[in-house]
Amino acid sequence: MSWEMVIGLEVHCELKTETKLFCGCRNMFGDEPNTNICPVCLGLPGSLPVLNRQAVDFAMRIGEALHCEVRRSVFHRKNYFYPDMPKDYQVSQYDEPINVHGWLELPDTSRVGITRAHMEEDTGKTTHVGGGGRIHEAAYSLVDYNRAGVPLVEIVSEPDIRTSDQAKAYVSELRAILVATGASDGKMEEGSMRVDANVSVRPLGGGEFGTRCEIKNLNSLRSLGRAIEYEARRQIDLLESGGTVDQETRHWNEADGRTLSGRSKEEAYDYRYFPEPDLVPLDPDAAWKDEVRGSLPVLPAERRARLAQLAAVEPADTALVVELELDALVEAAVNGGADGRRALNRAGNELAANLTAARTLDPAAFTALLKLEDAGQLTPTQAKEVLGELLEKGGDPAAIAADKGYEAMEAGDLESVVDEVLAAHADEFERFKGGDQKLMGFFVKLVMDATGKKADGKAVSALLRSRAGG
Amino acid sequence: MPERLTRETVAHVARLARLAVTDDELEMFTTQLGAVLDHAADIEKLDTADVPPTAHPLPLENVLRADEVEPSLDRDEVLAQAPSAEDDRFRVPRILGEAP
Amino acid sequence: MDTAVDIARAVREGRRTARQVVEEALSAIGARDPELHAFNHVMADEARAAADALDGRLARGEDPGPLAGVPVALKDNMCTRGVPTTCSSKILDGWLPPYDATVVERLVGAGAVIVGKTNLDEFAMGSSTENSAFGPTRNPHDPTRVPGGSSGGSAAAVAAGMAPLAIGSDTGGSIRQPAALCGVVGVKPTYGRVSRFGLIAFASSLDQIGPFATTVADAALMFEVIAGHDRRDSTSVQEPAPAVLGTLGRGVEGLRVGIISELMDGVAPDVAARVDQAAQVLTAAGAKVDTASVPAAIYGLTAYYLIAPAEASSNLARYDGVRYGLRVEKEDITETYLATRAAGFGPEVKRRIMLGTYALSAGYYDAYYVKAQKVRTLIIRDFAAAYGDFDVLLSPTAPTTAFPLGEKTGDPLTMYMSDICTIPSNLAGDPAMSVPFGTGDDGLPVGVQVLAPSLQEPLMFRVAAAIEAGAGDA
Repeated sequence: MSWEMVIGLEVHCELKTETKLFCGCRNMFGDEPNTNICPVCLGLPGSLPVLNRQAVDFAMRIGEALHCEVRRSVFHRKNYFYPDMPKDYQVSQYDEPINVHGWLELPDTSRVGITRAHMEEDTGKTTHVGGGGRIHEAAYSLVDYNRAGVPLVEIVSEPDIRTSDQAKAYVSELRAILVATGASDGKMEEGSMRVDANVSVRPLGGGEFGTRCEIKNLNSLRSLGRAIEYEARRQIDLLESGGTVDQETRHWNEADGRTLSGRSKEEAYDYRYFPEPDLVPLDPDAAWKDEVRGSLPVLPAERRARLAQLAAVEPADTALVVELELDALVEAAVNGGADGRRALNRAGNELAANLTAARTLDPAAFTALLKLEDAGQLTPTQAKEVLGELLEKGGDPAAIAADKGYEAMEAGDLESVVDEVLAAHADEFERFKGGDQKLMGFFVKLVMDATGKKADGKAVSALLRSRAGG
Repeated sequence: MPERLTRETVAHVARLARLAVTDDELEMFTTQLGAVLDHAADIEKLDTADVPPTAHPLPLENVLRADEVEPSLDRDEVLAQAPSAEDDRFRVPRILGEAP
Repeated sequence: MDTAVDIARAVREGRRTARQVVEEALSAIGARDPELHAFNHVMADEARAAADALDGRLARGEDPGPLAGVPVALKDNMCTRGVPTTCSSKILDGWLPPYDATVVERLVGAGAVIVGKTNLDEFAMGSSTENSAFGPTRNPHDPTRVPGGSSGGSAAAVAAGMAPLAIGSDTGGSIRQPAALCGVVGVKPTYGRVSRFGLIAFASSLDQIGPFATTVADAALMFEVIAGHDRRDSTSVQEPAPAVLGTLGRGVEGLRVGIISELMDGVAPDVAARVDQAAQVLTAAGAKVDTASVPAAIYGLTAYYLIAPAEASSNLARYDGVRYGLRVEKEDITETYLATRAAGFGPEVKRRIMLGTYALSAGYYDAYYVKAQKVRTLIIRDFAAAYGDFDVLLSPTAPTTAFPLGEKTGDPLTMYMSDICTIPSNLAGDPAMSVPFGTGDDGLPVGVQVLAPSLQEPLMFRVAAAIEAGAGDA
């Protein structure tokens, strides 16, 4: 029996507002406990919420960036008891959320649907004392309400994801979009972006969805990938041995590499949602929506598409360069006449290795360098050397090349240099012929030194191999 | 209209509301709540198919505030009111599970 | 005590000091409160200090405001910084709020002197103040009877002359009904007129703060001070307080007044008779009185006892022993919640929490909560239709005069019936007020209710003033 996994992701992201969702307390990670609290976010008797305009703006930006319909919305109370909840209800959005029916395009150009992206307030933070800090063995807990009331947008995907790699790509892309909109800084490690995965399996070929489990406590992309793989396997094993999958919440245990059943097996919790009577409906007008839409920067998917078209490559091939935000450089180069593939290659390798310097690299210089290589006036190795110097000190590529005495070698010249070197090291050459591959590097270096690094490294290796009879 | 209120339902509701109830209270509340809910039959029979529910008596929308910092409370004043505090935080007995 | 209008004038004109006035109030409290128990907490030191500060400002030529030196009693469900605020519940016994309610800031800003926190039914749930965890308040006209509720303490304080003004809250009639039973003026403004910031919530879409006074003019004076937009309350009407005092004497010539027939049914005959008499006063003053109908009003009680408990069940969840108030600590947090709330809440509060939790729960939400909110729409529509034919409406405030302590505590439903005339205005969000008008056959006070369309407090007060003018002959 072949199986496929069906994955939906829920991502909570904290918004980068100055203040909390319903009060003027500072929205700041890492402050001393309980220093950013007031009657409202502490839920003191008599307190009332007032909605933060900037939080709404950010939520709309996220909605627009995810191609959602931004509509009239209402806040609801989600009622349950827990010590990190000052009011023992969370103000959220239920069946009338602000953003619905969107989608997100991955670097490989596949699309994942977005069901909704709604607003809600964050909870406080509990620390468990004793028992190694784990909830089940703790002696007692301590609560800090600094985070209570921080604005969140919860983004729910359609169950369109089919592999753990696709899940990771989705989270990466979503993060890039969130950062591009300015609404969130997307730091999974700091908790400003939290991912829960809903995983189920079904026989390959489609049909009804299987029972899904929600996986929580995924603190990195790596955990996400591993957890999905483990959970899918767990469910498949269960089904193949005649068992059934129980719908439940499970926790990813990073150390043990498995998911563990979290809650006792009771039916879905009754949150008793009802419209929040202390808040009035939210209905952004067309002018506000237009303003938000108009102020969005060019998003990653569009940047990839644009660069791909320009460089005459597939969008997936531009993913790394766009992710590193080097696309502007590459675009400038291609527009200036350089070869697209070469430009992408150099950006994705040499520039990626020295990002700080790449940010201040003169686009004209980069373009000129690439064109020298395109024209064969520099070998790849030489080009990399010149680029290295450009990154470090700036300057003019042609002048740098001239200084270093670079010009490409004729093939015949190269052959005679290689033969000279082999003749000068006959013993080593014997061992090399005999199969000692480690000597390849030894000979390449000698040849490169002898040619003043004007040789093309690949051509050198090829020649050595052919001399060795391979 | 839903069937009459049972003891089991009332016990479940009390649990949801985090109210411990004695057996006597359960008995009494079941009777009293049942009597109130019987009156709900009065409105059950009203035709409200095309009537929208009123969540707010005022027709207000879009009440928003600027994203500006305002003074927070003094932590000591707040923690002085806490039944139990430690390490500048509110202390609570063991939490046995994750949030629902 | 003198009226607030007279006191403020005397203080501002230097004929009396604020300190003298406060001492008079504290003296009256000392004399009558041991028997009546209107107050949970008398703020003697704070009041004296505030009065002295006011007198200091007056001496420097400053004008302390329209309520200069007027003693005010505050229902104990409104936050006063550093002063106990209990909601007459064990669960908040000893809690000191770290902030003042907006209404408190406005009163103090206008020169009023808060003399104490008054008793109420626990968390404002009740119609007799017998649900207080600290013992009931007694009716000043007959201490064997209830003062009404839930703002019984505030009503009694004014009726007994302990303070000329008091503040209450009204969710289903909790200002108007005790006002009627105690023979004082009680006003529920339009929903959103007075900021709820700092009012400890019972039912958020129904709660409103309002004044108790001995005269309509005093109530108007206080209304002007406390009403008006507050940016800390998202449901606050986005206008400043309307002028009401200045137009009180404009009369009722040509106004169309409707007596709500559905609310006249089922009330005691002597109460109904007083409403008719009040209507005659208005007729004599030039109004046109006729019968009005608000058919859906008869469903108000049922709708209210689904909506209010539902909202309350959520509003009262925060009382869990974690951050403030009573904690009965057990082995784990869940057991702690269960034990704390069981020990901290009285039976009526528990009843309503459970009723509300049930009405919101999965499978019942549409049948109960949503249905009740639809009935609310029907009531709003019927009021709107009635206001097409009438400028203001009239009804009894309470179905009977004050009943004996203990008479209705055995059956919650009987107690709930006390609010039958007042509940519809809370559901609609429209303003309504009670004006004392004569007595019942038993010699106990009767109140007549004046109802007006949304935001029409000036009109409502005008009609109330006209009724008051004729009440002396009642």
